[in-house]
Amino acid sequence: MTKTVTDVVCPFCGTLCDDLEVAVTDDGKQILDVYNACAIGAEKFLHSQAKDRITRPRFQQPDGTWKETSYDEAADYTAKMLAGAKKPLMYGWSSTNCEAQSMGHEIAEMCGACVDNTAAVCHGTTLIAVQDIGLPTCTLGEVKNRADTIIFWGCNPCHAHPRHMSRYSIFPRGFFTGKGHKSRKLVVVDPRVTDTAKMADIHLQVTQGQDYELLNAFRVAFKGEWLPDVVAGIPKEKIIEAANIMKAGRFGIIFFGMGVTQSLGKNHNIDEAIAVTKDLNEYTKFSIMPMRGHYNVTGSGEVLAWQFGYPYSVDLTRGFPRYNPGDTSSIDLLTRGEIDAAFVIGSDPGAHFPISAVKKIAQVNSVCIDPHITPTSGVSKLHVPVAFVGVETGGNAYRMDNVPIDCRKVVEPPEGMLTDEEFLTMVRDRVKKLKGVA
Amino acid sequence: MAEYIIKNGFVFDPVQGIKGDKSDVAIKDGKIVSDVSKSAKVIDAAGKTVMAGAVEIHAHIAGPKVNLGRIYRPEDKLFTCTATKGIERTGSGNSIPSTFKTGYEYAKMGYTTAMEAAMPPMFSRHVHEEIRDTPIIDEGAFPVFGNNWFVMEYLKNNEVENTAAYIAWLLRATKGYAVKVVNPGGTEAWGWGLNCLSIHDPVPYFDITPAEIVKGLIEANEYLGLPHSMHIHPNNLGNPGCYQTTLDTLNLADGYKAKNKFGREQVMHITHMQFHSYGGENWGNFESKATEIMNFVNSHKNLTMDTGNVTLDETTTMTADGPFEHHLTGLNHLKWANCDVELETAAGVVPYIYSPDIKVCAIQWSIGLELALLAKDPMRCFITTDHPNAGPFTRYPRVFKWLMSEKARNERLNTFKNADKVIAASTLGSIDREITLYELAQMTRAGPAKSLGLANICGGLKPGMDADVAVYDFNPDKPLADPEMIETAFSRAAFVFKSGVQVVTHGDIVNTGHKRTLWVDAKVKDNPQVMRDIKEKFLKYYSMTQANYEALGHHFVPNPFALEVDATQA
Amino acid sequence: METVTITMKNPPVLYLEAEHVCPDEFAGKTAAQIAELHVYEGNTKSTLGKYFEVSGNAGATAAETKIVVKGDVKRVKYLGMKMSAGEVVVEGSTDLYAGAWMSGGKMTVKGDIQAFAATGMKGGELIIEGNAGNYLGAAYRGDWRGMSGGKILVKGNAGSDVGMYMTGGEMVINGDVDVHLATHAEGGKIIVKGNAPSKVAGQMVEGDIIIFGTIDVMMPGFKYVDDVDLEIEGTTAKFAHYIGDTGERHKKRKGQMVYGNLYQKI
Repeated sequence: MTKTVTDVVCPFCGTLCDDLEVAVTDDGKQILDVYNACAIGAEKFLHSQAKDRITRPRFQQPDGTWKETSYDEAADYTAKMLAGAKKPLMYGWSSTNCEAQSMGHEIAEMCGACVDNTAAVCHGTTLIAVQDIGLPTCTLGEVKNRADTIIFWGCNPCHAHPRHMSRYSIFPRGFFTGKGHKSRKLVVVDPRVTDTAKMADIHLQVTQGQDYELLNAFRVAFKGEWLPDVVAGIPKEKIIEAANIMKAGRFGIIFFGMGVTQSLGKNHNIDEAIAVTKDLNEYTKFSIMPMRGHYNVTGSGEVLAWQFGYPYSVDLTRGFPRYNPGDTSSIDLLTRGEIDAAFVIGSDPGAHFPISAVKKIAQVNSVCIDPHITPTSGVSKLHVPVAFVGVETGGNAYRMDNVPIDCRKVVEPPEGMLTDEEFLTMVRDRVKKLKGVA
Repeated sequence: MAEYIIKNGFVFDPVQGIKGDKSDVAIKDGKIVSDVSKSAKVIDAAGKTVMAGAVEIHAHIAGPKVNLGRIYRPEDKLFTCTATKGIERTGSGNSIPSTFKTGYEYAKMGYTTAMEAAMPPMFSRHVHEEIRDTPIIDEGAFPVFGNNWFVMEYLKNNEVENTAAYIAWLLRATKGYAVKVVNPGGTEAWGWGLNCLSIHDPVPYFDITPAEIVKGLIEANEYLGLPHSMHIHPNNLGNPGCYQTTLDTLNLADGYKAKNKFGREQVMHITHMQFHSYGGENWGNFESKATEIMNFVNSHKNLTMDTGNVTLDETTTMTADGPFEHHLTGLNHLKWANCDVELETAAGVVPYIYSPDIKVCAIQWSIGLELALLAKDPMRCFITTDHPNAGPFTRYPRVFKWLMSEKARNERLNTFKNADKVIAASTLGSIDREITLYELAQMTRAGPAKSLGLANICGGLKPGMDADVAVYDFNPDKPLADPEMIETAFSRAAFVFKSGVQVVTHGDIVNTGHKRTLWVDAKVKDNPQVMRDIKEKFLKYYSMTQANYEALGHHFVPNPFALEVDATQA
Repeated sequence: METVTITMKNPPVLYLEAEHVCPDEFAGKTAAQIAELHVYEGNTKSTLGKYFEVSGNAGATAAETKIVVKGDVKRVKYLGMKMSAGEVVVEGSTDLYAGAWMSGGKMTVKGDIQAFAATGMKGGELIIEGNAGNYLGAAYRGDWRGMSGGKILVKGNAGSDVGMYMTGGEMVINGDVDVHLATHAEGGKIIVKGNAPSKVAGQMVEGDIIIFGTIDVMMPGFKYVDDVDLEIEGTTAKFAHYIGDTGERHKKRKGQMVYGNLYQKI
């Protein structure tokens, strides 16, 4: 016998699809099949069923082998490490729920730590731009119901956010968009001919590293001012044509990804893209939205902001929050040699950070909380495996458009395994004792 | 639970009509009682002012646009964050404080209940997560209905009962408290970059006018008999000459009577009236129309209002009036954030500096004070700053000072850069009224509590009510040497009790209490049509499933307090 | 003017936050009192005296106080932060936030400085004899009020994001700058004697930029107007005059649109 869990939320990417159905065994212990999910999302659920999964914390030995330990001892080590450090870094948070994030922040505040999420290596630059110039945006349902002009800039949803186009941006028929994709113009800006670019009505093959110039050229074109013959590899005529398409629509949106946020210009690219969006609101309705990666990186920014005031790279070493990427951001902290302990949860900096930063994680005392064996767990002193959020435990997450959706528990975690929140609560209680907090 | 007796204070309680008599307030098991045992802890309030905990009727303190304001304004926090101290978590933000700081600051001023004024229903989980992280104060949140597709479709056909059933469903799904309306129709129009500036501008596609939305929502609100009335931010906010639209909106309440079991008498609450009381045709001849507005409000007993006082600070404006924020960024060129929410609403955020050197800002300041001073019934006119729109709520004590001391406000008025022009643009300079402590208790306690349908629960010191009590270092018997004493005393209460727990002692947080989330559980007759419509809208137009939209588990609202209404016989 | 000399004796293992090394903080204090001023290494509060040897007493006011910083302070942040008067001389190189938010006085760094120097500078003078980092004289995150007054001289090169949101004051960079010079500037003047690669003066509203060297990629929002003769710091030369950013908003003054000016030496 099997049963089906409906309205399941996919804990993979920022699209946060919430219409999955998962067939589980009657005892609720095993996932049998996953419906409606993309290939990556389905794999996330099925991967949790791996028979060779690590189910207990383990310490790395000097010779590189691992020795199993208890959650109690793991919590002791973690609490002592964080409470004893002068400047511990607590990084990650993007693949866990808001409840765990909140618990982590309490620990960080007591320990005078730096808290940072994966925005540090993806959309942190977007956040800097938003701080400089604002953000006209909307929820994804607005796009579905109203949008007739879609721009994908430096992103490739066909592969990175596989259901984005079918659920929200290109294909769905909404209230004012009854003809689905036939009623929408698609513009793709990408130096590569990606699968997304192949679908475009207009593909602007921008010269790498000159997005800022091209965006500026759009603004100049809107105003009908003089333009050079070619900007960023695109002829003036094509820029004007694209600018006119943007102005002519009734409701447009720019979706952008790491192709613009992490290439030359970084936050300024987004700053100018937001300025383009703002300009377009003089002619029609236009929005802009970052294609956030991890399913709850947005939530981490939200919780950090309401508790401390800043969305990432928060330095609590002085007992109050400070923020300035370049100073308080993880990669800078690591490569500059500013920190003396590293705690990683819900992310894999070992795979994404520059090698100089990863080496630092390996040099200091370090704890990695992750259900998987990862490059980060590989360089950490202690690896604490936990239940999969969104599969084996619920908890709140925020979609790329900031819409909160409460994840669902689908199956039980393996016997005796703790969730992020449960383990962090153990650490919090120990830190309280170490710090003499009532 | 502990017993307390607050002895020998000067008590101001409009609920019992106590006007500064020296008397005792007794607390037991979280409630005000007439008597306590000898073992009760004595709080010496001799020479001090004692009032019920204050009630905030309209502030933006939790949710997506508030947090967007935090996220995009690091400069709002620079050099002013407070470190962890005792049981107080660290705090940040001047115009948009962090959740912890929000709870502490309200409590330290003697506020014990606050309403988040605009909850986008789809983001209710976010609003409730922030409310959960705001310590001490009881909070409720008003979901916005004025641009909601269901509401507009039902009211287009005059389907009040269906509207009411939908409201009941949404209040339950979002744990909402009241029916909030922001720029009715105009925010939906903003979905296409348009607006509704008068109450008769048709809403694009939906074939309905703001006037019809407002009247329909009043009717649905009274059909349900909700604790609070329809709570409106009218069309045409903030523009010179907007007072006419405001008067048109107020007129829509004509003929309606409140129907509820909570003792509420109004059918419409108009919020941040300051922003809606402007005369003139442009910023050059901009002037106050507070007199015209207050003449109307004073003579219509089915209305309540709050002021929206400008505090002359650098702040952050934020509203579900999306088109207004777009208009504002065009005026001051500061960063503009906007978020349109499918089928429901929108919101915008723009920083703003109310500079005393700018004539319009000084006139706005004048208008807010003028409104309160022209109010004949302090039980129907409440003090707010529409936090953070006209200024941060932490400035309430300063607003009290200006209202309670003619000297203090004239000093300010006469030293504006364009003082002559500012004085000429309103009647403020000719008003000598000073708000009394009793009137202050009406405008910040008993009045808002009654308007919210909480008259039996908070805002007063009658036995049986929640023991929310604030004691201030302010001696009404002594001549006021310096108006600054008002601001000082009301900034940091000597003692504050929330539901019988002593939360503040000499201005410091000593306990974070047992904060509750207030919401309204309205029962209606089974309405299969509305349930079918809801299901259809989720299948076709929402970007999330109905089941996930309705999921608002215990971890979001750990300590709920539901006010129940039964409209099944309506 | 009284001189206080602080010499690094015990360098921090991590980095040191020493915002009290500032004439305004030292003013009126003896060497012993100065040694008691607090500093932070990570979350650990300590005293200046634990890291530095302090000699000399400060003057009565900031204006009468000169601070000389000796030894290796490459891992010390916030030197001269918020100074309003007096003088600070750093004999070597230093870290982030040198002279940040300064409003007066004079600060000289004989070596290099890292990012965020002169953030939100309001007045005074900052001289860097070596190279400067990113965000020199820029606004703090989110603020639209960057450097509004004072003068900065960099004898070497400067990094990216120099003068972001600058509204006033003057900056001279003898060497090269990296990308995003004067982004969002709304006033002030920047002279670069060397080269600027690209993204110069993007989103500029108002102000003057003078480049003696090359610009690899010009912003499309800058439109050539004419050639002009300018005398810049004693050198007279012919410059190509561009205005922009034409994609950005601009004020009108006396009926004329006011643009940012970009001059490039021909």
